[in-house]
Amino acid sequence: MARDPRLRPSGGNALDSSRLLGLLDRALQALYDCDSPVEAWKKVVHPGEVVGLKVNCLAGRGNSTHPELVDAVSERLQQAGIRDIVIWDRLNSDLESARFRIAERGPGRRCFGNDVLGFEDELATYGSVGSLLAKTLTQVCNAVINLPVLKDHGIAGVTLALKSMFGAIHNPNKYHLTVGDPYVADVNMLPPIRQKVRLHICDAATAQYEGGPSFMPQWTWPFNGLLVARDPVALDYTGWQIIEKKRAEMGMKSLRGLKREPTYIATAANEQHRLGTNDPSRIEVVEV
Amino acid sequence: MSGNRSRETDPVPGLFGAPAACDRRAFLKAASWPCLAACAGMVGASPGVPLFALPAAESDAQFIREAKFYEKLPFKKTKCKLCPRECVIDDKERGYCGARENRGGTYFTLVHSRVVTAHIDPIEKKPFFHFLPGTQAFSIATAGCNVNCKMCQNWEISQVRPEQVRSNYVPPQQLADLARQNRCPSLAYTYSEPVIFYEYVVDAADAGHQAGVKSAVVTGGYIQAEPLKKLCPHVDAVKVDLKAYSEKFYKEVVNGELKPVLEALVTLRKQNMWTEIVYLVVPTLNDGEQEFKGLARWIKSELGPDVPLHFSRFHPEYLLKDLPPTPLETLERAKAIADAEGLHFVYLGNVPGHPAENTYCPNCRRIVVERTGYSVGDVHIRNSKCKYCQQNIPGVWS
Repeated sequence: MARDPRLRPSGGNALDSSRLLGLLDRALQALYDCDSPVEAWKKVVHPGEVVGLKVNCLAGRGNSTHPELVDAVSERLQQAGIRDIVIWDRLNSDLESARFRIAERGPGRRCFGNDVLGFEDELATYGSVGSLLAKTLTQVCNAVINLPVLKDHGIAGVTLALKSMFGAIHNPNKYHLTVGDPYVADVNMLPPIRQKVRLHICDAATAQYEGGPSFMPQWTWPFNGLLVARDPVALDYTGWQIIEKKRAEMGMKSLRGLKREPTYIATAANEQHRLGTNDPSRIEVVEV
Repeated sequence: MSGNRSRETDPVPGLFGAPAACDRRAFLKAASWPCLAACAGMVGASPGVPLFALPAAESDAQFIREAKFYEKLPFKKTKCKLCPRECVIDDKERGYCGARENRGGTYFTLVHSRVVTAHIDPIEKKPFFHFLPGTQAFSIATAGCNVNCKMCQNWEISQVRPEQVRSNYVPPQQLADLARQNRCPSLAYTYSEPVIFYEYVVDAADAGHQAGVKSAVVTGGYIQAEPLKKLCPHVDAVKVDLKAYSEKFYKEVVNGELKPVLEALVTLRKQNMWTEIVYLVVPTLNDGEQEFKGLARWIKSELGPDVPLHFSRFHPEYLLKDLPPTPLETLERAKAIADAEGLHFVYLGNVPGHPAENTYCPNCRRIVVERTGYSVGDVHIRNSKCKYCQQNIPGVWS
C-alpha cells in the first residue's frame, strides 16, 4: 500500500502526476523487491506482449480509475519494452465519461470498450456462471493489469479487484444476486481471466465508503493511495477492511449489518477457487 | 422456452433472413438487413408471403421509453416494480433483465420496438392447444430476460443485453400490419421473456386489436400482480412456463422463485385470461412423482381442471448439457399422474406423433382436435362444444 498525503497539490480532485508515478514506483519496487521500477515491471510483462489495462469507469469522472494512473502505468510499461497497450472497460461511453480518449487503432496505446470488438461466441463456464468473454481479453491481450477503484457497492458490499472483472463478461447483470456470491469468485475462475490478469493496482486516490458503485461525493474521502497486489483476494480483503474502518469512523453500520458483507471474497479463497487468501494472518500489508 | 426455439420455423423474410446453413448464434448475429442481401439465396420464404423491407435500427434512441412500473429512490436510484425481483438500480446500471436502465434517476426500457427475431410459427409451437388451433402466430422477441434458466433454449437472445445482438425497429403499428399481411390472426410475444418488454407488448397488442389481430403472451410468469392485472385487458391468451413445482428448482436452476409464478397464475385465472401451462420435465431435477402430484393438485384446486397442462420434453441446452433428454416414460408417468388427479387436458410436448398431442373430450373421450407435431388435423369442436356430446371444451377457438 502506497500513500502520499500530497497527492493532490491543490486539495481538489486533480492529482499530481509525478507524485502518482512515485507512489506506483514505490509500490512496485516493494512488491517485487527491486531497486528500480522498470526492473519490477519486467517481472510482470515481457517485450512483445499486448498488455491490457482493465480500468473501471462506471462512476464517470467522479470516481473511476484516474487517467493519470493509467498514464503512469503506461509510461513504465513502455520503459519495460511494451509497445502495445490496450486500455479497456465495458463501453466506449463509460471510458469517455471517465476522461479517456477512444483510440480504436494503434500504434502504441489503444483505448476502447467491449462494444467495439464484442464477445466470444462460445460460453465460458465455471460453477454458477456461464458468460461470453470480451474479445479484447481473449483475442487482443496477452496480459492484463487490473486497475479497479476502492469503493463501496450497494449490492455486492465492495467492488475492488475481483468484482471489477465483471467488466470482462457480457452478462454482469445476472450476477448481482446474493451479494454476488459465488458469482464474483466464479467469474474470476474463467481461464482467460485467471491466466491473463497478472497484477492488480487499485486506484485509491479517492475512496468511497457508501453509495457505490455510482459516484456519491458526500461519501468519498481522499485516501491518496494505491493498493497493489498479485493476489486479488488479499487486495479485496484489505480494501474491504479500509472501507469498514471508514464506515465505523463515520458512524455507519458495517456491511454485515446491512446484509451486504462481501462474502464472495471468502468464496474466492476457498478450496474450490483458491484465487488467493483472505486470511489476515497470511496477508502482509506493506506500507511504503 | 420449451419447444419454442427461435430458429425452428420460417423467419420472416426480409425482416430476419435466417440462412438454412447458419448455426443459431450466427443467425442471431446476422439477424438484420445486411444478412438478407448476403444470404438471399438461402432465405426460406413461406409460400405466399410477400417480401417486405424494414430498416435496421438506426440508433438506441428509437427504442427507449420511460418504464411503466418503478419507484424513484433517493440519490438517483430506482426500484423496478415490474417483476418480483424488485431490482434497486444505481444510475447508469441495469436491472437483472439487462433491458431496463437507470439514467439519471429515471428508469427506461431499452427494448420498445427492438425486435431481435421474428418468425411465423404455428400457434401449436408456443404451445397453445386451445387458442386458435391450426393458425399461424407472428412471433417476435426482444433481448433480455428476468430469470436465467440453466436449460434455456434461446439463451443467445434471452441472456444478452439488447445492444449485444442486432435488432430491427418494428413499431407497434408495423408489427400489426406485418401480422395481417402474413395472414397471422395472432401476435405472439415469445422466445425470450415478454415481461421485460412489457411496454412494447401493450402497445403492439393494442395496435393488433385495431387490425383484428389477437395477442398471445408466452412467459415465465415472473411478474408482479399489478402490472399483470393491467396487462390482461390488452392481450388474449397467456402461456406460462411453470419451470417446476419446487422452490429449490427455482432457486438453483431458474434463479427465480416459484411463489410469485403461482400467484401470477391465480391472478390470470381471476382475470379470466385464457391460460395454458407448460412444464418442461428435466431429468433428475423436477421429475419426481410427488412433484407431479403436487403440481396437478394445485392446478386443480387453484385454477380448475380445465387449464391445459403440457408436459414437455427437455433437450440438453445452455448450462444443462450434461443431462439426457427426458425419457418418454417419464413424460407418460407425469401425464398419468395429472390425469389421475382429475385434470381434463394434459398433453405431452416435443414428442411428435404421440397420442397425447390430441385433445380429447373429457366427457365422451373422443378426439376433438387431432394433432401431429405442430400440424393440426380435424377439429371436432363447434361453438366451443364437442361435436359428439356437446361437452363444453374451454378455449379460444375462433
